[in-house]
Amino acid sequence: MAQIELTGIERVFTLGDSEVHALHELSVSIDSGEYVAVMGPSGSGKSTLLNLLGLLDRPNAGTYRLEGRDVTTLSPDEQAEVRRTRIGFVFQSFHLVPRLTAAENVALPLMLAGIPPAERHARVAQALKDFGLETRAHHRPDELSGGQRQRVAIARATIMRPAVILADEPTGNLDRSTGQDVTHLLEDLNAAGVTLIVVTHDPVMGGRARRRLMMEDGRLLHDVREPAPVP
Amino acid sequence: MTPADTLRFATRAASGYPLRTALMVLAMSIGVAAVVVLTALGDGARRYVVNEFSALGSNLVIVLPGRTATGGFGLGNLVTSTPRDLTVRDAQALLRAPLVTRMAPLSVGNSEIAWGGRLREAMVVGTSGDYVDIRAFRMAEGNFLPREDLGRATAVAVLGTKIRDEIFGSEPAIGRIVRVGDRRLRVIGVLGKTGQGLGMNTDELVFVPVATAQAMFNTNNLFRIIVEARSRDAIAPAKQQLEDIMRLRRDGELDVTLITQDAVLGTFDRILGALTLAVAGIAAISLAVAGILVMNVMLVAVTQRTAEIGLLKALGATGRNIRLAFLTEAALLSLAGAITGFALGHLGAWGLRLAFPVLPAWPPDWAVFAGIGTALTTGILFGVMPARRAARLDPVQALSRR
Ligand SMILES: Nc1ncnc2c1ncn2[C@@H]1O[C@H](COP(=O)(O)OP(=O)(O)OP(=O)(O)O)[C@@H](O)[C@H]1O
Ligand SMILES: [Mg+2]
Repeated sequence: MAQIELTGIERVFTLGDSEVHALHELSVSIDSGEYVAVMGPSGSGKSTLLNLLGLLDRPNAGTYRLEGRDVTTLSPDEQAEVRRTRIGFVFQSFHLVPRLTAAENVALPLMLAGIPPAERHARVAQALKDFGLETRAHHRPDELSGGQRQRVAIARATIMRPAVILADEPTGNLDRSTGQDVTHLLEDLNAAGVTLIVVTHDPVMGGRARRRLMMEDGRLLHDVREPAPVP
Repeated sequence: MTPADTLRFATRAASGYPLRTALMVLAMSIGVAAVVVLTALGDGARRYVVNEFSALGSNLVIVLPGRTATGGFGLGNLVTSTPRDLTVRDAQALLRAPLVTRMAPLSVGNSEIAWGGRLREAMVVGTSGDYVDIRAFRMAEGNFLPREDLGRATAVAVLGTKIRDEIFGSEPAIGRIVRVGDRRLRVIGVLGKTGQGLGMNTDELVFVPVATAQAMFNTNNLFRIIVEARSRDAIAPAKQQLEDIMRLRRDGELDVTLITQDAVLGTFDRILGALTLAVAGIAAISLAVAGILVMNVMLVAVTQRTAEIGLLKALGATGRNIRLAFLTEAALLSLAGAITGFALGHLGAWGLRLAFPVLPAWPPDWAVFAGIGTALTTGILFGVMPARRAARLDPVQALSRR
């Protein structure tokens, strides 16, 4: 059984009298531990797809089964719980809370999950160490470089040990070499078994994925699988 | 999310925007401070009046010359024009009323008192021997004025403690001959310390027999007559009897005013009741204004932090988590405002007491609780709307805001 199963997904936005089909007749299934790049021109529906997968948005039609469960019919609180425990988000613009330190930003999902402070501190300290941020723990985002910010964001996305990581152009705001570092970090997580779904415009990054979903006008144009690149 | 975490998160959010927080705390604190200061003023005035009049003694009816048009008691009525004088004969006639136990006429004037080269100005009160009992004064030394015929101008004087101290210092006063105005009087007693009463400080008065005072000031009329009724219940019928006697003596026309303590206190009750209402009104307005400010500031906060709210939702925050976080923040700001306002209000009340030492301007407990309670309630009530708006934000759109 596939971890993610989308069938006949429609997502329509109404702008005045005109309707935009951001996603149209989209069906795709993704297995646990896959490394998927979502690619396509601007406005083709990549972010919309990712938001749907992350339960931040609901489809107008179609079903979405996550780990065998139909999640489109869940209540908002149940969806929040799924987001909290099964999904990690990484954004192009990092989305760190400016007044909180790196450690506090990483601790946010643990705090929302109601995990006691002692355990929280231990897990945050470990995560910061894993991502090479231990010396930056008490710095606020504006005191960090872009690469460091994205590493904090990735540490935050993985702190709850999610099953799926959704990254929307995670290297879009980073220079080339920092971007590569971030890509490697995400790939290491995937190697450890986490499903990784990355939206990217970068053909090099896309080429590294073992599976590419090519989108256009809200449809899935190509679903390309390649054998894993030889290391 | 545990309550402790919600509180910590809200505290960090409030302290993360110091200017906004300071502004809101200020607005809220002004409201609460206004309540504290104004009620301190109102209650101080009430206590002042009650103290003044209870210092008078109980069961009293005060007779003053002149008829007031409304029959009510106002500050202006105390200095009415005098159509016909009030005399010692009138005073004596009042004792015929069956429900009256004691009576003291008052004749008042400014003069000076001198002894052994020391001289000071003093207010001289001419009265009778019963005055000390009616007012329930205590003697420090010697006796009060003798109980004798009101027409006798005996050359004796009783001093207030302050006068005695200033004129005689550590030397004995009883038996000494002092000069008061153009008369030489023998000191027969010194009053115990009494403090304020009806706007005159009794400690700074010189008491002499009423006839002595009238001769000194070359007059026949009295300033007041103080009459004591048999009991509290007898005050109203006694007043009626006194009015009948006066009307008889004035050929059917009542040209004096009779004031009872109840009427005086009742009038002040009404005045102070209105004052309290006004205070409540001002407080309500200022707190409502503060509440609206809380709402706007929180709405701005929600707009400012839209991306953050979207992020929290993406990280798995429920609507309830977000609602509580923003509501807690509003409550915290109101609480800080209430506490600051409480401190500011007490500072203001202290200033009032400094400026008007006679006024016991302490805010009553109920007002303090009501002020702080209302501040918290308004803060939370007006915080609900922004908090709900935050919780309802669409996460996708919230996240795309930058
Ligand atoms: N909230 C919205 N209201 C109306 N239209 C929307 C909304 N969100 C997305 N769209 C439309 O849906 C389509 C897909 O948008 P989406 O953001 O998924 O594109 P994308 O592939 O992520 O583009 P990009 O590469 O520029 O990020 C676009 O035509 C966009 O205008
Ligand atoms: Mg996009």
